[in-house]
Amino acid sequence: MAGRLKVFIGMAAGVGKTYRMLQEGHAEQEAGRDVAIGYMEPHKRPETSALAEGLETIQRRRLVYRSTELEEMDLPALLARAPELALIDELAHTNAPGAEHEKRCEDVRDVLAAGIDVFSTVNVQHLESLNDQVAELTGTRVRETIPDAVLGEADEVVLIDLTPEALIERLRAGKVYPGENVEAALGNFFTVENLLALREVALRQVAQEVEAKRLVVEAPLGTRTERVAAEVPKAVGERLLALVRPQPSSQRLVRRAWRSSQRLGAPLDLLWVKPPGEAIEGEVERQVTALRHLASVLGATFLIEESDNLVDGAARVARERGTTYIMVGESLPRRGLARLREPLPLRLIASTPPGVDVRIVARRGPREENGE
Amino acid sequence: MSVERVLIAVALVLGVLLGYLVARSRLRGRRSERPQAIHQILLPFTGTEISRRALDAALRLARAEGATLMPAYLAAVPKRLPLDCSIPAEAAKAMPMLEAIEQRAASQDVSVDARIERGRSYRHALERLLSHECFDRVVVPATPEAGAGFSGDDLVWLLEKAPAEVLILRPGPEDRFLVSANRGDGYGSE
Repeated sequence: MAGRLKVFIGMAAGVGKTYRMLQEGHAEQEAGRDVAIGYMEPHKRPETSALAEGLETIQRRRLVYRSTELEEMDLPALLARAPELALIDELAHTNAPGAEHEKRCEDVRDVLAAGIDVFSTVNVQHLESLNDQVAELTGTRVRETIPDAVLGEADEVVLIDLTPEALIERLRAGKVYPGENVEAALGNFFTVENLLALREVALRQVAQEVEAKRLVVEAPLGTRTERVAAEVPKAVGERLLALVRPQPSSQRLVRRAWRSSQRLGAPLDLLWVKPPGEAIEGEVERQVTALRHLASVLGATFLIEESDNLVDGAARVARERGTTYIMVGESLPRRGLARLREPLPLRLIASTPPGVDVRIVARRGPREENGE
Repeated sequence: MSVERVLIAVALVLGVLLGYLVARSRLRGRRSERPQAIHQILLPFTGTEISRRALDAALRLARAEGATLMPAYLAAVPKRLPLDCSIPAEAAKAMPMLEAIEQRAASQDVSVDARIERGRSYRHALERLLSHECFDRVVVPATPEAGAGFSGDDLVWLLEKAPAEVLILRPGPEDRFLVSANRGDGYGSE
Protein backbone atom coordinates (compact mmCIF):
# COMPACT_ATOMS: atom_id res chain seq x y z
CA MET A 1 0.00 0.00 0.00
CA ALA A 2 1.33 3.43 -0.93
CA GLY A 3 2.33 5.84 1.81
CA ARG A 4 0.44 9.02 2.62
CA LEU A 5 1.78 12.45 1.72
CA LYS A 6 1.32 15.49 3.94
CA VAL A 7 2.61 18.82 2.63
CA PHE A 8 3.25 21.92 4.73
CA ILE A 9 2.86 24.93 2.44
CA GLY A 10 3.75 28.53 3.19
CA MET A 11 3.88 31.94 1.53
CA ALA A 12 7.66 32.32 1.90
CA ALA A 13 10.79 31.08 3.61
CA GLY A 14 10.76 31.58 7.36
CA VAL A 15 7.08 31.05 8.13
CA GLY A 16 7.90 27.86 10.03
CA LYS A 17 7.14 24.99 7.65
CA THR A 18 10.21 22.91 8.50
CA TYR A 19 9.74 23.65 12.20
CA ARG A 20 6.13 22.46 12.10
CA MET A 21 7.12 19.37 10.09
CA LEU A 22 9.68 18.47 12.74
CA GLN A 23 7.18 19.11 15.57
CA GLU A 24 4.71 16.75 13.96
CA GLY A 25 7.52 14.24 13.34
CA HIS A 26 8.27 14.25 17.06
CA ALA A 27 4.58 13.83 17.88
CA GLU A 28 4.39 10.81 15.56
CA GLN A 29 7.52 9.32 17.11
CA GLU A 30 6.13 9.81 20.60
CA ALA A 31 2.98 8.05 19.43
CA GLY A 32 5.14 5.03 18.68
CA ARG A 33 5.84 5.37 14.98
CA ASP A 34 9.22 4.83 13.35
CA VAL A 35 10.25 8.26 12.06
CA ALA A 36 13.39 9.33 10.19
CA ILE A 37 14.52 12.55 8.59
CA GLY A 38 15.20 11.84 4.92
CA TYR A 39 16.39 15.36 4.25
CA MET A 40 16.22 18.56 6.22
CA GLU A 41 17.48 22.02 5.33
CA PRO A 42 18.04 23.93 8.60
CA HIS A 43 19.11 27.15 6.75
CA LYS A 44 21.46 27.87 9.66
CA ARG A 45 18.45 28.33 11.95
CA PRO A 46 19.50 27.15 15.42
CA GLU A 47 15.92 26.57 16.63
CA THR A 48 15.19 24.32 13.67
CA SER A 49 18.42 22.37 14.08
CA ALA A 50 17.69 21.91 17.78
CA LEU A 51 14.25 20.54 17.01
CA ALA A 52 15.76 17.92 14.70
CA GLU A 53 17.61 16.39 17.64
CA GLY A 54 15.98 13.22 18.85
CA LEU A 55 14.91 12.24 15.35
CA GLU A 56 17.04 9.82 13.36
CA THR A 57 18.59 11.47 10.32
CA ILE A 58 19.53 9.52 7.20
CA GLN A 59 22.98 10.75 6.21
CA ARG A 60 23.07 12.84 3.06
CA ARG A 61 25.12 11.55 0.19
CA ARG A 62 27.68 13.57 -1.71
CA LEU A 63 27.54 13.94 -5.46
CA VAL A 64 30.30 15.60 -7.44
CA TYR A 65 29.21 17.83 -10.30
CA ARG A 66 31.77 19.89 -12.25
CA SER A 67 34.32 19.51 -9.48
CA THR A 68 31.86 20.73 -6.88
CA GLU A 69 30.67 18.46 -4.13
CA LEU A 70 26.92 18.67 -3.57
CA GLU A 71 24.84 17.11 -0.81
CA GLU A 72 21.57 15.43 -1.67
CA MET A 73 19.04 13.17 -0.01
CA ASP A 74 20.21 9.56 -0.10
CA LEU A 75 17.16 7.94 -1.66
CA PRO A 76 18.53 4.36 -1.77
CA ALA A 77 19.55 4.62 1.90
CA LEU A 78 16.13 5.94 2.87
CA LEU A 79 14.36 3.17 0.96
CA ALA A 80 16.66 0.58 2.55
CA ARG A 81 16.03 2.00 6.04
CA ALA A 82 12.27 2.02 5.32
CA PRO A 83 10.90 3.98 8.28
CA GLU A 84 7.15 4.28 8.71
CA LEU A 85 7.37 8.05 8.25
CA ALA A 86 10.04 10.07 6.43
CA LEU A 87 10.46 13.82 6.83
CA ILE A 88 11.68 15.27 3.53
CA ASP A 89 12.17 19.03 3.35
CA GLU A 90 11.89 21.21 0.21
CA LEU A 91 9.67 19.23 -2.10
CA ALA A 92 10.44 21.51 -5.09
CA HIS A 93 14.21 21.01 -4.88
CA THR A 94 16.08 20.11 -8.07
CA ASN A 95 18.59 17.31 -7.48
CA ALA A 96 22.20 17.46 -8.60
CA PRO A 97 23.00 15.51 -11.77
CA GLY A 98 23.78 11.93 -10.88
CA ALA A 99 20.84 11.46 -8.53
CA GLU A 100 18.09 8.97 -9.37
CA HIS A 101 15.65 11.69 -10.35
CA GLU A 102 15.83 15.26 -11.52
CA LYS A 103 13.41 16.53 -8.87
CA ARG A 104 12.97 15.73 -5.22
CA CYS A 105 9.21 15.38 -5.70
CA GLU A 106 10.03 12.35 -7.89
CA ASP A 107 12.13 10.90 -5.07
CA VAL A 108 9.12 11.41 -2.80
CA ARG A 109 6.96 9.44 -5.24
CA ASP A 110 9.39 6.51 -4.93
CA VAL A 111 9.30 6.77 -1.15
CA LEU A 112 5.49 6.79 -1.13
CA ALA A 113 5.41 3.88 -3.56
CA ALA A 114 7.53 1.94 -1.07
CA GLY A 115 4.73 2.35 1.46
CA ILE A 116 6.49 5.01 3.53
CA ASP A 117 4.48 8.02 4.68
CA VAL A 118 6.08 11.39 3.90
CA PHE A 119 5.86 14.84 5.45
CA SER A 120 7.28 17.54 3.18
CA THR A 121 7.39 21.32 2.73
CA VAL A 122 6.97 23.76 -0.15
CA ASN A 123 6.55 27.47 -0.74
CA VAL A 124 3.61 28.65 -2.81
CA GLN A 125 5.77 30.28 -5.49
CA HIS A 126 7.20 26.88 -6.37
CA LEU A 127 3.89 25.69 -7.77
CA GLU A 128 4.14 25.70 -11.56
CA SER A 129 0.78 27.36 -12.23
CA LEU A 130 1.49 30.17 -9.77
CA ASN A 131 5.07 30.80 -10.80
CA ASP A 132 4.29 33.52 -13.35
CA GLN A 133 1.75 35.20 -11.10
CA VAL A 134 4.08 35.27 -8.12
CA ALA A 135 6.99 36.45 -10.25
CA GLU A 136 4.95 39.36 -11.46
CA LEU A 137 3.63 40.22 -8.01
CA THR A 138 6.98 40.09 -6.29
CA GLY A 139 9.49 40.69 -9.08
CA THR A 140 11.30 37.50 -8.10
CA ARG A 141 11.11 34.29 -10.09
CA VAL A 142 12.07 30.97 -8.58
CA ARG A 143 13.54 28.39 -10.91
CA GLU A 144 12.63 25.33 -8.92
CA THR A 145 9.01 24.46 -9.56
CA ILE A 146 6.81 21.43 -9.11
CA PRO A 147 3.72 20.45 -11.10
CA ASP A 148 0.51 21.39 -9.28
CA ALA A 149 -0.50 17.74 -9.55
CA VAL A 150 2.07 16.89 -6.87
CA LEU A 151 0.15 19.03 -4.39
CA GLY A 152 -3.12 17.68 -5.74
CA GLU A 153 -1.96 14.13 -4.96
CA ALA A 154 -1.15 15.01 -1.33
CA ASP A 155 -3.45 13.43 1.21
CA GLU A 156 -3.16 16.48 3.45
CA VAL A 157 -2.09 20.05 2.75
CA VAL A 158 -1.41 22.21 5.79
CA LEU A 159 -1.00 25.97 5.42
CA ILE A 160 1.60 27.46 7.72
CA ASP A 161 0.36 31.01 7.98
CA LEU A 162 2.01 34.05 9.46
CA THR A 163 1.17 37.72 9.03
CA PRO A 164 3.67 39.68 6.91
CA GLU A 165 4.49 41.86 9.91
CA ALA A 166 5.26 38.82 12.08
CA LEU A 167 7.46 37.32 9.36
CA ILE A 168 9.38 40.57 8.94
CA GLU A 169 9.78 40.67 12.71
CA ARG A 170 11.23 37.14 12.63
CA LEU A 171 13.53 38.20 9.82
CA ARG A 172 14.77 41.24 11.74
CA ALA A 173 15.38 39.06 14.77
CA GLY A 174 17.72 36.92 12.64
CA LYS A 175 15.46 33.85 12.90
CA VAL A 176 15.20 33.38 9.13
CA TYR A 177 18.55 34.35 7.60
CA PRO A 178 21.95 35.10 9.11
CA GLY A 179 22.41 38.75 10.12
CA GLU A 180 24.40 39.83 7.06
CA ASN A 181 21.59 38.82 4.70
CA VAL A 182 18.71 40.42 6.57
CA GLU A 183 18.90 43.93 5.13
CA ALA A 184 19.18 42.63 1.56
CA ALA A 185 16.16 40.37 2.09
CA LEU A 186 14.11 43.22 3.60
CA GLY A 187 14.97 45.47 0.67
CA ASN A 188 14.13 42.91 -2.00
CA PHE A 189 11.71 40.10 -1.44
CA PHE A 190 10.47 40.52 2.12
CA THR A 191 8.40 43.67 1.72
CA VAL A 192 4.96 43.93 3.29
CA GLU A 193 3.41 44.30 -0.20
CA ASN A 194 5.11 41.18 -1.53
CA LEU A 195 4.24 39.15 1.52
CA LEU A 196 0.61 40.31 1.49
CA ALA A 197 0.29 39.24 -2.15
CA LEU A 198 1.99 35.89 -1.46
CA ARG A 199 -0.14 35.28 1.58
CA GLU A 200 -3.28 35.84 -0.48
CA VAL A 201 -2.02 33.43 -3.15
CA ALA A 202 -1.19 30.80 -0.51
CA LEU A 203 -4.56 31.14 1.21
CA ARG A 204 -6.39 30.85 -2.11
CA GLN A 205 -4.33 27.83 -3.13
CA VAL A 206 -5.08 25.95 0.06
CA ALA A 207 -8.76 26.93 -0.08
CA GLN A 208 -8.85 25.47 -3.59
CA GLU A 209 -7.22 22.25 -2.41
CA VAL A 210 -9.74 21.97 0.41
CA GLU A 211 -12.63 22.57 -1.97
CA ALA A 212 -11.25 20.05 -4.46
CA LYS A 213 -11.24 17.38 -1.77
CA ARG A 214 -14.69 18.39 -0.51
CA LEU A 215 -16.12 18.08 -4.01
CA VAL A 216 -15.21 14.44 -4.52
CA VAL A 217 -18.53 13.39 -5.91
CA GLU A 218 -20.97 10.82 -4.92
CA ALA A 219 -23.42 11.51 -7.76
CA PRO A 220 -26.56 9.44 -7.86
CA LEU A 221 -27.26 8.59 -11.49
CA GLY A 222 -31.04 8.41 -11.50
CA THR A 223 -32.41 11.27 -13.58
CA ARG A 224 -31.06 12.70 -16.83
CA THR A 225 -29.98 15.84 -14.98
CA GLU A 226 -27.99 13.74 -12.56
CA ARG A 227 -26.35 11.82 -15.38
CA VAL A 228 -25.40 15.10 -17.09
CA ALA A 229 -23.97 16.33 -13.78
CA ALA A 230 -21.90 13.17 -13.43
CA GLU A 231 -20.30 13.73 -16.84
CA VAL A 232 -18.93 17.09 -15.79
CA PRO A 233 -15.35 17.21 -14.56
CA LYS A 234 -15.53 17.87 -10.85
CA ALA A 235 -15.20 21.56 -10.19
CA VAL A 236 -12.24 22.88 -8.31
CA GLY A 237 -13.66 26.18 -7.16
CA GLU A 238 -15.20 28.33 -9.87
CA ARG A 239 -14.41 28.32 -13.59
CA LEU A 240 -15.65 31.06 -15.87
CA LEU A 241 -16.56 30.86 -19.54
CA ALA A 242 -17.12 34.06 -21.54
CA LEU A 243 -18.92 33.67 -24.88
CA VAL A 244 -17.25 36.08 -27.28
CA ARG A 245 -17.49 36.99 -30.93
CA PRO A 246 -14.70 38.39 -33.08
CA GLN A 247 -15.92 41.94 -32.54
CA PRO A 248 -14.48 44.86 -30.58
CA SER A 249 -17.55 44.86 -28.33
CA SER A 250 -16.46 41.48 -26.93
CA GLN A 251 -13.54 43.14 -25.21
CA ARG A 252 -15.79 44.69 -22.60
CA LEU A 253 -17.27 41.30 -21.89
CA VAL A 254 -13.75 39.88 -21.55
CA ARG A 255 -12.77 42.67 -19.17
CA ARG A 256 -15.82 42.03 -16.99
CA ALA A 257 -15.28 38.29 -17.05
CA TRP A 258 -11.60 38.67 -16.18
CA ARG A 259 -12.37 40.90 -13.22
CA SER A 260 -14.90 38.39 -11.94
CA SER A 261 -12.37 35.59 -12.40
CA GLN A 262 -9.79 37.58 -10.45
CA ARG A 263 -12.20 38.14 -7.58
CA LEU A 264 -13.10 34.46 -7.50
CA GLY A 265 -9.54 33.29 -8.07
CA ALA A 266 -10.97 31.22 -10.92
CA PRO A 267 -9.59 30.30 -14.35
CA LEU A 268 -11.18 32.04 -17.32
CA ASP A 269 -11.98 30.55 -20.73
CA LEU A 270 -13.01 32.67 -23.71
CA LEU A 271 -15.12 30.83 -26.27
CA TRP A 272 -16.15 31.75 -29.77
CA VAL A 273 -18.71 29.35 -31.21
CA LYS A 274 -17.84 29.64 -34.88
CA PRO A 275 -20.50 28.85 -37.45
CA PRO A 276 -19.28 26.01 -39.68
CA GLY A 277 -17.73 27.29 -42.88
CA GLU A 278 -17.16 30.81 -41.61
CA ALA A 279 -13.73 31.78 -42.83
CA ILE A 280 -11.29 33.36 -40.40
CA GLU A 281 -10.00 36.11 -42.64
CA GLY A 282 -9.97 39.87 -42.97
CA GLU A 283 -11.58 41.72 -40.07
CA VAL A 284 -12.66 38.46 -38.41
CA GLU A 285 -9.06 37.24 -38.42
CA ARG A 286 -7.88 40.54 -36.96
CA GLN A 287 -10.41 40.36 -34.15
CA VAL A 288 -9.65 36.70 -33.44
CA THR A 289 -5.96 37.59 -33.20
CA ALA A 290 -6.81 40.45 -30.85
CA LEU A 291 -8.89 38.16 -28.62
CA ARG A 292 -6.16 35.52 -28.59
CA HIS A 293 -3.63 38.19 -27.68
CA LEU A 294 -5.85 39.57 -24.91
CA ALA A 295 -6.36 36.07 -23.52
CA SER A 296 -2.60 35.60 -23.40
CA VAL A 297 -2.11 38.92 -21.57
CA LEU A 298 -4.78 37.99 -19.04
CA GLY A 299 -3.71 34.39 -18.58
CA ALA A 300 -7.04 33.18 -19.98
CA THR A 301 -7.62 30.41 -22.52
CA PHE A 302 -9.12 31.27 -25.91
CA LEU A 303 -11.15 28.50 -27.49
CA ILE A 304 -12.88 28.22 -30.86
CA GLU A 305 -15.66 25.63 -31.09
CA GLU A 306 -17.26 25.00 -34.47
CA SER A 307 -21.01 24.57 -34.24
CA ASP A 308 -24.07 25.89 -36.02
CA ASN A 309 -25.81 26.19 -32.68
CA LEU A 310 -24.35 28.62 -30.16
CA VAL A 311 -26.09 27.03 -27.18
CA ASP A 312 -25.06 23.46 -28.05
CA GLY A 313 -21.45 24.52 -28.66
CA ALA A 314 -21.26 26.51 -25.44
CA ALA A 315 -22.92 23.76 -23.39
CA ARG A 316 -20.50 21.18 -24.78
CA VAL A 317 -17.47 23.28 -23.85
CA ALA A 318 -18.95 24.12 -20.43
CA ARG A 319 -19.32 20.41 -19.69
CA GLU A 320 -15.82 19.58 -20.90
CA ARG A 321 -14.16 22.41 -18.98
CA GLY A 322 -16.13 22.10 -15.75
CA THR A 323 -17.49 25.63 -16.10
CA THR A 324 -19.48 27.00 -13.18
CA TYR A 325 -20.23 30.46 -14.55
CA ILE A 326 -21.05 31.59 -18.10
CA MET A 327 -20.93 35.24 -19.13
CA VAL A 328 -22.66 36.39 -22.30
CA GLY A 329 -22.98 39.72 -24.07
CA GLU A 330 -26.29 41.44 -24.43
CA SER A 331 -28.33 40.22 -27.41
CA LEU A 332 -30.02 42.40 -29.97
CA PRO A 333 -33.75 42.94 -29.57
CA ARG A 334 -35.24 39.97 -31.41
CA ARG A 335 -37.34 40.45 -34.49
CA GLY A 336 -39.80 38.32 -36.38
CA LEU A 337 -39.84 34.59 -35.68
CA ALA A 338 -36.81 34.93 -33.40
CA ARG A 339 -39.19 36.43 -30.82
CA LEU A 340 -40.73 33.01 -30.35
CA ARG A 341 -37.44 31.52 -29.18
CA GLU A 342 -36.41 31.56 -25.55
CA PRO A 343 -33.72 34.15 -24.76
CA LEU A 344 -30.12 32.93 -24.94
CA PRO A 345 -29.45 32.88 -21.17
CA LEU A 346 -32.49 30.67 -20.55
CA ARG A 347 -31.46 28.28 -23.32
CA LEU A 348 -27.96 28.14 -21.86
CA ILE A 349 -29.29 27.39 -18.39
CA ALA A 350 -31.46 24.61 -19.81
CA SER A 351 -28.58 23.03 -21.75
CA THR A 352 -25.71 23.30 -19.30
CA PRO A 353 -25.23 21.10 -16.23
CA PRO A 354 -27.15 22.04 -13.09
CA GLY A 355 -25.49 24.72 -10.99
CA VAL A 356 -23.98 26.67 -13.88
CA ASP A 357 -24.84 30.36 -13.51
CA VAL A 358 -25.33 32.64 -16.51
CA ARG A 359 -24.67 36.37 -16.38
CA ILE A 360 -25.45 38.96 -19.06
CA VAL A 361 -22.99 41.80 -19.58
CA ALA A 362 -24.61 44.90 -21.07
CA ARG A 363 -23.03 46.62 -24.03
CA ARG A 364 -21.88 50.17 -23.63
CA GLY A 365 -21.56 51.20 -27.26
CA PRO A 366 -24.21 51.87 -29.92
CA ARG A 367 -26.62 48.92 -30.12
CA GLU A 368 -25.89 47.78 -33.62
CA GLU A 369 -23.85 44.63 -33.28
CA ASN A 370 -25.46 41.28 -32.90
CA GLY A 371 -24.80 39.97 -29.45
CA GLU A 372 -25.93 36.42 -30.07
CA MET B 1 -63.41 48.45 -61.85
CA SER B 2 -63.97 44.73 -61.53
CA VAL B 3 -63.23 42.72 -58.43
CA GLU B 4 -60.50 40.81 -60.30
CA ARG B 5 -58.63 44.01 -61.09
CA VAL B 6 -58.81 45.12 -57.48
CA LEU B 7 -57.47 41.77 -56.32
CA ILE B 8 -54.69 41.91 -58.91
CA ALA B 9 -53.75 45.42 -57.77
CA VAL B 10 -53.75 44.37 -54.11
CA ALA B 11 -51.63 41.30 -54.96
CA LEU B 12 -49.17 43.47 -56.90
CA VAL B 13 -48.86 45.96 -54.05
CA LEU B 14 -48.38 43.16 -51.53
CA GLY B 15 -45.79 41.50 -53.76
CA VAL B 16 -43.82 44.70 -54.18
CA LEU B 17 -44.01 45.38 -50.44
CA LEU B 18 -42.89 41.87 -49.55
CA GLY B 19 -40.05 42.03 -52.07
CA TYR B 20 -38.92 45.34 -50.62
CA LEU B 21 -38.96 43.97 -47.07
CA VAL B 22 -37.02 40.83 -48.04
CA ALA B 23 -34.47 42.86 -50.01
CA ARG B 24 -34.03 45.31 -47.14
CA SER B 25 -33.51 42.58 -44.59
CA ARG B 26 -30.92 40.82 -46.81
CA LEU B 27 -29.11 44.08 -47.44
CA ARG B 28 -29.03 44.73 -43.70
CA GLY B 29 -27.63 41.28 -43.09
CA ARG B 30 -24.90 41.82 -45.66
CA ARG B 31 -24.04 45.19 -44.17
CA SER B 32 -23.62 43.70 -40.71
CA GLU B 33 -21.42 40.93 -42.12
CA ARG B 34 -19.28 43.30 -44.14
CA PRO B 35 -15.95 43.90 -42.43
CA GLN B 36 -15.34 47.49 -41.48
CA ALA B 37 -12.74 49.35 -43.47
CA ILE B 38 -9.64 49.84 -41.37
CA HIS B 39 -9.85 53.40 -40.31
CA GLN B 40 -8.36 53.68 -36.92
CA ILE B 41 -6.85 56.15 -34.54
CA LEU B 42 -4.32 54.76 -32.13
CA LEU B 43 -4.07 56.25 -28.66
CA PRO B 44 -1.16 54.58 -26.87
CA PHE B 45 -0.71 55.25 -23.18
CA THR B 46 1.18 53.97 -20.18
CA GLY B 47 0.45 53.91 -16.47
CA THR B 48 -2.82 54.87 -14.87
CA GLU B 49 -3.21 58.42 -16.15
CA ILE B 50 -3.88 59.84 -19.55
CA SER B 51 -3.93 63.38 -20.77
CA ARG B 52 -7.52 64.53 -21.14
CA ARG B 53 -6.49 66.79 -23.99
CA ALA B 54 -5.06 63.84 -25.90
CA LEU B 55 -8.08 61.68 -25.27
CA ASP B 56 -10.51 64.41 -26.28
CA ALA B 57 -8.50 65.16 -29.40
CA ALA B 58 -8.47 61.50 -30.38
CA LEU B 59 -12.22 61.24 -29.76
CA ARG B 60 -12.95 64.41 -31.75
CA LEU B 61 -10.94 63.11 -34.68
CA ALA B 62 -12.52 59.68 -34.50
CA ARG B 63 -15.99 61.15 -34.40
CA ALA B 64 -15.37 63.55 -37.26
CA GLU B 65 -13.87 60.86 -39.45
CA GLY B 66 -16.12 57.99 -38.42
CA ALA B 67 -13.01 56.18 -37.29
CA THR B 68 -12.53 53.61 -34.54
CA LEU B 69 -10.48 54.66 -31.55
CA MET B 70 -7.89 52.12 -30.49
CA PRO B 71 -6.67 52.93 -26.99
CA ALA B 72 -3.62 50.78 -26.35
CA TYR B 73 -2.17 50.19 -22.90
CA LEU B 74 1.56 49.55 -23.20
CA ALA B 75 3.05 47.26 -20.59
CA ALA B 76 6.77 46.85 -20.00
CA VAL B 77 7.54 43.22 -19.13
CA PRO B 78 10.69 42.80 -16.99
CA LYS B 79 13.49 40.85 -18.65
CA ARG B 80 13.35 38.10 -16.06
CA LEU B 81 9.86 37.18 -17.34
CA PRO B 82 9.05 35.74 -20.77
CA LEU B 83 7.70 38.38 -23.12
CA ASP B 84 4.55 36.40 -23.77
CA CYS B 85 3.75 35.68 -20.12
CA SER B 86 0.45 36.73 -18.64
CA ILE B 87 0.61 40.04 -16.80
CA PRO B 88 -2.36 40.17 -14.43
CA ALA B 89 -0.99 43.03 -12.33
CA GLU B 90 -0.50 45.21 -15.45
CA ALA B 91 -3.88 44.12 -16.78
CA ALA B 92 -5.46 45.19 -13.50
CA LYS B 93 -4.04 48.68 -14.10
CA ALA B 94 -5.11 48.74 -17.74
CA MET B 95 -8.71 47.60 -17.26
CA PRO B 96 -10.12 50.64 -15.40
CA MET B 97 -8.36 52.92 -17.89
CA LEU B 98 -9.79 51.12 -20.89
CA GLU B 99 -13.21 51.03 -19.24
CA ALA B 100 -13.09 54.79 -18.59
CA ILE B 101 -11.97 55.55 -22.15
CA GLU B 102 -14.70 53.32 -23.57
CA GLN B 103 -17.29 55.02 -21.37
CA ARG B 104 -16.21 58.44 -22.60
CA ALA B 105 -16.11 57.25 -26.20
CA ALA B 106 -19.59 55.73 -25.94
CA SER B 107 -20.97 59.06 -24.74
CA GLN B 108 -19.63 60.60 -27.96
CA ASP B 109 -20.78 57.75 -30.23
CA VAL B 110 -17.25 56.67 -31.04
CA SER B 111 -16.54 52.98 -31.40
CA VAL B 112 -13.58 51.57 -29.51
CA ASP B 113 -11.34 48.59 -30.16
CA ALA B 114 -8.90 48.40 -27.24
CA ARG B 115 -5.57 46.62 -26.93
CA ILE B 116 -3.02 45.75 -24.26
CA GLU B 117 0.45 45.30 -25.74
CA ARG B 118 3.53 43.85 -24.06
CA GLY B 119 7.13 44.78 -24.72
CA ARG B 120 10.47 45.01 -22.97
CA SER B 121 9.97 48.78 -22.87
CA TYR B 122 7.12 51.10 -23.80
CA ARG B 123 8.80 51.75 -27.12
CA HIS B 124 9.20 48.04 -27.77
CA ALA B 125 5.51 47.47 -26.96
CA LEU B 126 4.58 50.27 -29.36
CA GLU B 127 6.84 48.78 -32.02
CA ARG B 128 5.12 45.41 -31.64
CA LEU B 129 1.73 47.05 -31.88
CA LEU B 130 2.68 48.96 -35.00
CA SER B 131 3.93 45.75 -36.58
CA HIS B 132 0.58 43.99 -36.51
CA GLU B 133 -2.05 46.72 -36.49
CA CYS B 134 -2.84 49.38 -39.09
CA PHE B 135 -3.64 52.98 -38.24
CA ASP B 136 -4.39 56.16 -40.05
CA ARG B 137 -3.43 58.32 -37.13
CA VAL B 138 -1.55 58.06 -33.87
CA VAL B 139 -2.36 60.49 -31.08
CA VAL B 140 0.30 60.53 -28.40
CA PRO B 141 -0.11 62.20 -25.06
CA ALA B 142 3.30 63.58 -24.15
CA THR B 143 4.05 63.74 -20.46
CA PRO B 144 5.70 66.61 -18.60
CA GLU B 145 7.19 64.20 -16.05
CA ALA B 146 10.61 62.79 -16.82
CA GLY B 147 10.68 59.02 -16.65
CA ALA B 148 6.92 58.61 -17.04
CA GLY B 149 5.21 57.66 -20.29
CA PHE B 150 6.97 58.40 -23.56
CA SER B 151 10.37 60.04 -23.57
CA GLY B 152 11.42 62.61 -26.14
CA ASP B 153 13.43 59.89 -27.88
CA ASP B 154 10.36 57.66 -28.02
CA LEU B 155 8.38 60.41 -29.70
CA VAL B 156 11.12 61.09 -32.26
CA TRP B 157 11.28 57.36 -32.91
CA LEU B 158 7.50 57.26 -33.37
CA LEU B 159 7.60 60.15 -35.85
CA GLU B 160 10.19 58.28 -37.87
CA LYS B 161 8.73 54.80 -37.71
CA ALA B 162 4.94 55.07 -37.52
CA PRO B 163 3.38 54.56 -40.96
CA ALA B 164 0.66 57.06 -40.09
CA GLU B 165 0.07 60.67 -39.23
CA VAL B 166 1.35 61.32 -35.70
CA LEU B 167 -0.13 63.97 -33.42
CA ILE B 168 1.87 64.68 -30.30
CA LEU B 169 -0.15 66.64 -27.79
CA ARG B 170 1.41 68.69 -25.09
CA PRO B 171 -0.42 68.16 -21.81
CA GLY B 172 -1.54 71.16 -19.81
CA PRO B 173 -1.01 71.26 -16.06
CA GLU B 174 -4.73 70.99 -15.28
CA ASP B 175 -6.02 68.73 -17.97
CA ARG B 176 -5.30 65.25 -16.70
CA PHE B 177 -7.87 62.55 -16.94
CA LEU B 178 -7.23 60.53 -13.82
CA VAL B 179 -8.19 56.96 -13.29
CA SER B 180 -7.24 55.05 -10.21
CA ALA B 181 -6.26 51.47 -10.94
CA ASN B 182 -7.02 50.60 -7.34
CA ARG B 183 -10.66 51.56 -7.32
CA GLY B 184 -11.62 48.27 -8.86
CA ASP B 185 -15.03 49.45 -10.03
CA GLY B 186 -13.82 50.00 -13.53
CA TYR B 187 -14.85 53.60 -13.84
CA GLY B 188 -12.59 56.54 -14.16
CA SER B 189 -12.83 59.83 -12.40
CA GLU B 190 -12.09 63.24 -13.70
